[in-house]
Amino acid sequence: MNRSLRPLLATTAIFLLAYLLAVLQFPGMVSTRVLGNFLTDNAFLGIAAVGMTFVILSGGIDLSVGAVIGFTTVLIAVLVMWLGLHPLAAFAVALIVAAGFGAAMGAAIHYLRVPSFIVTLAGMFLARGAASVLSPDSIGIKHDFYTAVSRSYILLPGGGRLTVIGLVMLAVFLFGIVLAHRTRFGSAVYALGGSETSAALMGVPVARTTILIYTLSSTLAGLAGVVFSLYTSAGYSLSALGVELDAIAAVVIGGTLLTGGYGFVAGTFIGVMLQGLVQTYIVFDGTLSSWWTKIVIGALLFMFILLQRLIFTAAPRRKAAPGQRKTLWTA
Amino acid sequence: MQPLEPGRAVLEAQGIVKTFGQHKALDAVDFDLRAGEVHALLGENGAGKSTLIKILTGAYQPDGGVLRLEGAPVTFRGPLQAQDRGIGTVYQEVNLLPNRSVAENLFLGRQPTRFGLIRRKEIEAQAAQVLAAYGLDIDVRAELSDYSVAVQQIVAIARAVELSGKVLVLDEPTASLDRNEVERLFDVVRGLKARGLGIIFITHFLDQVFELADRVTILRNGRKIATQDLAGLSTTDVVRMMLGKDVAFDHHPSGLGESVRGAPRVTFTGLGRKGGVAPFSLSMHEGEVVGVAGLLGSGRTEMARLMFGIDTADGGTVVVDGAPATIRNPAQAVAAGFGFCPEDRKIDGIFGDLSVRENIIIALQAKLGWFKALNRDEQIELAGRYAEALDIRAADHDMPVKLLSGGNQQKVILGRWLAIDPTFLILDEPTRGIDVGAHAEIVRTINRLREEGMALFVISSELDEVVAYSNRVVVMRDREMVAELTGENVAPDAIVQAIAGTLPAATPIAKETQP
Repeated sequence: MNRSLRPLLATTAIFLLAYLLAVLQFPGMVSTRVLGNFLTDNAFLGIAAVGMTFVILSGGIDLSVGAVIGFTTVLIAVLVMWLGLHPLAAFAVALIVAAGFGAAMGAAIHYLRVPSFIVTLAGMFLARGAASVLSPDSIGIKHDFYTAVSRSYILLPGGGRLTVIGLVMLAVFLFGIVLAHRTRFGSAVYALGGSETSAALMGVPVARTTILIYTLSSTLAGLAGVVFSLYTSAGYSLSALGVELDAIAAVVIGGTLLTGGYGFVAGTFIGVMLQGLVQTYIVFDGTLSSWWTKIVIGALLFMFILLQRLIFTAAPRRKAAPGQRKTLWTA
Repeated sequence: MQPLEPGRAVLEAQGIVKTFGQHKALDAVDFDLRAGEVHALLGENGAGKSTLIKILTGAYQPDGGVLRLEGAPVTFRGPLQAQDRGIGTVYQEVNLLPNRSVAENLFLGRQPTRFGLIRRKEIEAQAAQVLAAYGLDIDVRAELSDYSVAVQQIVAIARAVELSGKVLVLDEPTASLDRNEVERLFDVVRGLKARGLGIIFITHFLDQVFELADRVTILRNGRKIATQDLAGLSTTDVVRMMLGKDVAFDHHPSGLGESVRGAPRVTFTGLGRKGGVAPFSLSMHEGEVVGVAGLLGSGRTEMARLMFGIDTADGGTVVVDGAPATIRNPAQAVAAGFGFCPEDRKIDGIFGDLSVRENIIIALQAKLGWFKALNRDEQIELAGRYAEALDIRAADHDMPVKLLSGGNQQKVILGRWLAIDPTFLILDEPTRGIDVGAHAEIVRTINRLREEGMALFVISSELDEVVAYSNRVVVMRDREMVAELTGENVAPDAIVQAIAGTLPAATPIAKETQP
């Protein structure tokens, strides 16, 4: 079996097991209502995590995600409430700004040869700072469009609501899966994560791919900002603090190797759902502090990093004895 | 790919000049490659071999001279352009993606798509078909890293040939292959030759040159010395042209070692590790070199790692200069006066960004501890002394070690251990990947250290080399020490037979000595 599938299977198994245990304790959790809320409450995290998956697959990291979400919510609020733009126009502006921001970070990472950690750390401060300059205070958004969106949903059997933003997240995941596994861009991302030198020698357009990866991540962070703005009907410069770390956790728990090259977008979905499950459990329990979410996620993250370590170091070594090699010669 | 007419020049270089600063790396070098031949390119490090290859494959642009591809002058802006025009390269370190499938490695960058989506089934079918022509029947959907280096090399060759199809440059393709795998690779190369490709073959193994190549071009100090048919040339001729002088390893009289060796310095008894090496007992005496022979994967390196405490032994005892010692990690080994030059010096040996001086003093500093820092004058003095003693050629001792040639890097590591004044030195493949001249020098250094009374344990794949410096040779097979050869048995033939398990005269290791 493909080695990189194992962490994904492990995550899926753990998710199912955890869900089963939660359901045994709170039978109410097995309902489409809970499922609908799952998707809605984690939509912004899921969307940002898809972008993060591509970044991590390529061997990089994007710390600016939460700040970009925060900045986007403020920008949309300012455009809609102060300048009177239609929300859809404001969304378009916000996505373009986010895309340009990501492209600039990607270009800095590639052409200046600065590690992505440092460039996106600077990007994080820049976006967070810019959001505070636009407006240090929270701006409530009141617009017919927002009301309309929050009232539109697909009613699931059992009374659950599949909201617009939940659907957006599902669409982004589908888009991410196809992009990662069925396009040349996706191949190039994995190639960069495997070995940048080899990728360049094999004709992968390294500069273009790097810039596109960070453009994609920031654009999706922008989209997560749009979704967050719809979710909270407000723009606040300090919103979505630390979401980049939740996204990284979702990606890693979803089976993507933190050093790049191995992983699946679908795994990230399960990573996000697992985080959502823990939160929902805590809500159902009612006595636990919400900080338990962080503790459980921390423990899971640690466990998965250990698991990856075991799986990928147990890989056949190049200098294994001839008998251990998987060499099948004809002739 | 249309078959090319054999014998016609496919790639020619005339009067190629390349200078780096003051240094003329190539001085009016001519080179021609015919379709359907294997052309070996030989030269010491610094002879201009890799510069010439980089110019032929588009990685460098020449300062003067003309390149002609099938008679028409060409200039390449980069390796990708050279590849598009027909020149493919396979490097020593496989330059493919270990994390992707074999099929994707073959087709990356040119995957057929429909509506922007990759047609994976088609790629897999084509990949299987392509590899079948190379005698490989493997699951092309599996990750490349699931396969041995030999298979990876062949995939790299297949990719290069698919993409280019006229010229194939093989840069040290056999460096990490065992004998059997080399044979397979050569079969593939011969097949490509029959298809009419021009193949440039670069290697340090002269016997492989004679085995595979039709013609040879020899470079020395940036100049072309000769291009000749190999038929009618002897190894000595080739070496003489490469070096401009005769070098033969000084064989010391066999059987001498036993009589003149001094007191035992290091004795291992029943040292072993489950899954590593079966327990072995061995003692190294003052002024003695114990050579280790065996195939790749026979447990040679594992033996050295146990001795140096990199892997912890399951059992057994160590006695150093008559006193029992505990060696469970490298720090204890260094404290006991052991030194270890590992097989892969780039990964395990040198600190590439540190200077020659820092690389030499680092083991001594580690042995002294944090609070007895060597001051700068002492460092300079030490580095100077060992650089001179070992003839390390570096412009100055503050330059990063990664800029030195392989042979000089090896000498820096040797100097590092000599600086701690070791009782016992372990060398794992000390001459791998370095040129013939430096090779002979390392062998001379080993002999000199032995004469000075050191005990050495030297692993090497090259039998001629092992017999040139060893008093005794232990032979490893299937992770077990199977024979200890002394006296007149320290000879290539006897070692080969011991490896193959057909040596009647060999002293088998008495099983009783192992607990």
